[in-house]
Amino acid sequence: MRLYNGGLIITGIVVFLALATFPFYYNIGKANAKPDIKLEPAIKMSEERYGKKQCVEPKEWIRREHMVLLNHWRDAVVRDENRGYLSTDTGTRFNMSLQNECMQCHSSKKNFCDQCHNYMAVKPFCWDCHIAPTEKEEARS
Amino acid sequence: MKVLVSFFAVLVLALVAYAGVEAANLQYLFGVIIPYAAFVTFLAGVVFRILKWGSSPVPFRIPTTCGQQKTLPWIKSSKLENPSGLLGVIARMALEVLFFRSLFRNLRTQLSDGPRLAYGEAKWLWLAGLAFHWSFLIILLRHLRFFMEKVPLPITMIEALDSFLQLGAPLLYMTDVVLLLAVTYLFIRRVGIPQLRYISLINDYFPLFLILGIAVTGVLMRYFFKVDVVGAKMLAMSLISLKPALPEVQIGALFYTHLFLLSVLFAYFPFSKLTHMAGVFLSPTRNMANNSRAKRHVNPWNYPVHVHTYQEYEDDFREKMKGAGLPVEKE
Amino acid sequence: MAKLPNPEELSKIDYAPPSKGWMDTPTEFKPGMFCHGSKPKSLETLEFPNPREWRPADVDWKLPENWKQILLEGIADRLKKYRSFRLFMDICVRCGACADKCHFFIGTGDPKNMPVLRAELIRSVYRKEFTIAGKIFGKMAGARELTVDVLKEWWYYFFQCTECRRCSVFCPYGIDQAEITIIGRELLNLLGLNIEWIAGPAANCYMKGNHLGLEPHTIVGNLEYILDDIETVTGKKIKPTFNRKGAEILFVTPSGDLFADPGTYTAMGYLMLFEELGLDYTWSTYASEGGNFGFFTTNELAKRLNSKIYAEAKRLGVKYIIGGECGHMWRVIHQYMDTWNGPADFLEVPKSPITGTVFENAKASKMIHIAEFTADLMKNGKLKLDPSRNDHLKVTWHDSCNTARGMGILEEPRYVLKNVVNHFHEMPEDTIREKTFCCGSGSGLNASEDMDLRMKGGFPRANAVKFVHDHYGVNMLANICAIDRASLPPLMDYWVPGVKVAGLHELVANALIMKGEKERTTDLRGEPLPGKEQKEESA
Repeated sequence: MRLYNGGLIITGIVVFLALATFPFYYNIGKANAKPDIKLEPAIKMSEERYGKKQCVEPKEWIRREHMVLLNHWRDAVVRDENRGYLSTDTGTRFNMSLQNECMQCHSSKKNFCDQCHNYMAVKPFCWDCHIAPTEKEEARS
Repeated sequence: MKVLVSFFAVLVLALVAYAGVEAANLQYLFGVIIPYAAFVTFLAGVVFRILKWGSSPVPFRIPTTCGQQKTLPWIKSSKLENPSGLLGVIARMALEVLFFRSLFRNLRTQLSDGPRLAYGEAKWLWLAGLAFHWSFLIILLRHLRFFMEKVPLPITMIEALDSFLQLGAPLLYMTDVVLLLAVTYLFIRRVGIPQLRYISLINDYFPLFLILGIAVTGVLMRYFFKVDVVGAKMLAMSLISLKPALPEVQIGALFYTHLFLLSVLFAYFPFSKLTHMAGVFLSPTRNMANNSRAKRHVNPWNYPVHVHTYQEYEDDFREKMKGAGLPVEKE
Repeated sequence: MAKLPNPEELSKIDYAPPSKGWMDTPTEFKPGMFCHGSKPKSLETLEFPNPREWRPADVDWKLPENWKQILLEGIADRLKKYRSFRLFMDICVRCGACADKCHFFIGTGDPKNMPVLRAELIRSVYRKEFTIAGKIFGKMAGARELTVDVLKEWWYYFFQCTECRRCSVFCPYGIDQAEITIIGRELLNLLGLNIEWIAGPAANCYMKGNHLGLEPHTIVGNLEYILDDIETVTGKKIKPTFNRKGAEILFVTPSGDLFADPGTYTAMGYLMLFEELGLDYTWSTYASEGGNFGFFTTNELAKRLNSKIYAEAKRLGVKYIIGGECGHMWRVIHQYMDTWNGPADFLEVPKSPITGTVFENAKASKMIHIAEFTADLMKNGKLKLDPSRNDHLKVTWHDSCNTARGMGILEEPRYVLKNVVNHFHEMPEDTIREKTFCCGSGSGLNASEDMDLRMKGGFPRANAVKFVHDHYGVNMLANICAIDRASLPPLMDYWVPGVKVAGLHELVANALIMKGEKERTTDLRGEPLPGKEQKEESA
């Protein structure tokens, strides 16, 4: 098969292939790091507080919907000064607070939140208002 | 009829993937085998299509001139609409590809009593087309965050801009809304305008529904029925690093439906009108400079033809020519 | 011939498509909408296949046994030869932007006159025979079998397209229906399915050098009449030369300019201008046609007819060529001639002997448009002009399709026009320049038996003229196209009575003050000049 304007056409094809396969070669040689969530030691707090290892809602639900929940909490607290949250799962009453509830157990932003958020390139706007905790333990360990 | 066939075709495709994952655990098929096959088909198909076009020459220089030619120095030529050189062609093509220049000219012709023909502005098709293509591109680029280990700044910036309204959580992407609106408009237009419905084929409705299906499943799993997004990325990363492996977590059937419809789109692409993406670059009425009189254009298959020569002509008419006092070569 | 309905009836256009799909709607050959079939004699002269007596309205078109094979091989061959064709078969998305841009669709409401659908007529067969999807899914994928009915549909609609390229301006991918029609007609010609109004003139042009079949002595004779008329108006007897070796310039114009008014007035214009300049130029009786009806037949025939221009320039030893006012002629000269029959290395880059201007834009093909030449003269103040001699005229400008969209000569003629007339009014913006409307009779459709088609196709053009006629009292439609000069007068009489048609150089010559001319009392048409006495007093 003879090509006419072959130079331009081949160039076009090369550019197309280079763009289309860009992620393939972009990742070559990069460590395939997965989120590595460290729950210990802070997770013990839950047992101390509530007598068992439990979160606000079931783990699977939290994994998918935590941003919805936190957004809802933010509105409830800031707009309605309502701080009480009844778990639909266990009926336990929780304090609607990122830092005084969630982060009591998941105490390390770096080892918990950031693991997935960085992996997914998500920048939650929690820390637009809240002051991000300084990670003391991390520095020691 | 054509609408229904296309709609149900896409619906069945979606259900096949959903049921395949939900009931038959075909995650590997829908998550690995089909995406790979579709992507390879896409690349090979598009390259093949371009080579096929490239194997036919452009025998004549036939730009459609949409403005003043370049002639006398004191006449202002239209460099963009009637380019006389390479730079102008590049600019014209850029306008065409990036901003759909020609479609921007669109008019609506209306006949009223008198009779009187009037030509009104008709920019909706241009606007919807532009909105659709650009949001599709941005969405595609945004998705690169699933395919890259350390997501580079431009991608996160696109994502940040797309969600800068900070509506809800997860943040609402404007392109999601724009794409859905634009595709819906393009569909309504296609069925609503009688002439357009008349010329439309399944080849037109099917990709519309397919893209709508991809967008809807995407929107559903981001905002409504969330899937395990970390799992999704783990699968994507495994695919992209050519070490395919299903993640331990269950991502959700909706994700596989989304991925399958996208795979269908990729595989369908090279065999359909969607190849206009590549074809627009090769269109000889747009990508050539209007300089045929200044620069010789060679037709590779130009061949000698049978002509009626002057000698034959003179032989036919010599006496009459002499009678009229016209000079002749042979007395 | 069917009686032509009156304008009021003709302008009642139903744009609603039929309820049945277009593939299931058989083509009805409506009288007045198509031309006579090509005669065997014309095809024989041109060495074309299947010469025979046939009539388009007949059921039996006397096709060769293997007609389908011929066509399919013809398509395959052209897909390999023309990237445009292959690409345009593949990439249309049927967005419909072209639909209401076509003058034939606007004028007839027939959905198959939407450029997109006219292309689908052939695209559907392409899908069936040349694409995998079409082979597998058939009608579902918009594919259909090539049958005699499909062939007739092609014939009917490819001769309802004037290759004007207006659709191409609006298409986001630049798909050009002209290109598809050109190739469609090539295919039809493989089976001897031309129209006589094209095949006849093409045969004439091949044997006698021009479409009208004017033999050499007739050309001289016709020009004599024109020269006599010039003498009557100006008192000057001009003696142009023919087939003269050693002239500096060869002048080629459509033969229509020598045959009937208002084209003859344009020819008077050329003659008077060149005389006034003392230009060293010659006419040719061998290359006595600028137009090219081969272009409406096949690429090969177009090349065969066009070859005469360079051949004659070479034989006569001229330096370069000036071309007269013609539309498709200039598409051919501008975009095809050098590629077909060049390189013109035996000629020199055109240089105006009067102003010294070098026409760099024609440095390869060595042929310039007379409007370029005249605009340059006027810019350099080389002509004495009295535009008031055109004061009885309120003029508007019709951009011809080919010169607008296949060349882009928009400003030169306007500049010339504004120098020679005092009353100039543009038609509405969306109907001029690159968006100009066809006269409805281009690409060889200016016959008399398809008057319905011509009046319908010319409706958008005429309607825009009517607008300036009603608003500004425009009474003259000026242009640079011989087919316009032949076809616009009946169109105007039909839709906008009171508007006449003129070539650009007729108006130039009206205004041109010639050395030693007598006091002019009439214009070139013999109509009295306005404001004569007043002018004398002030002078």
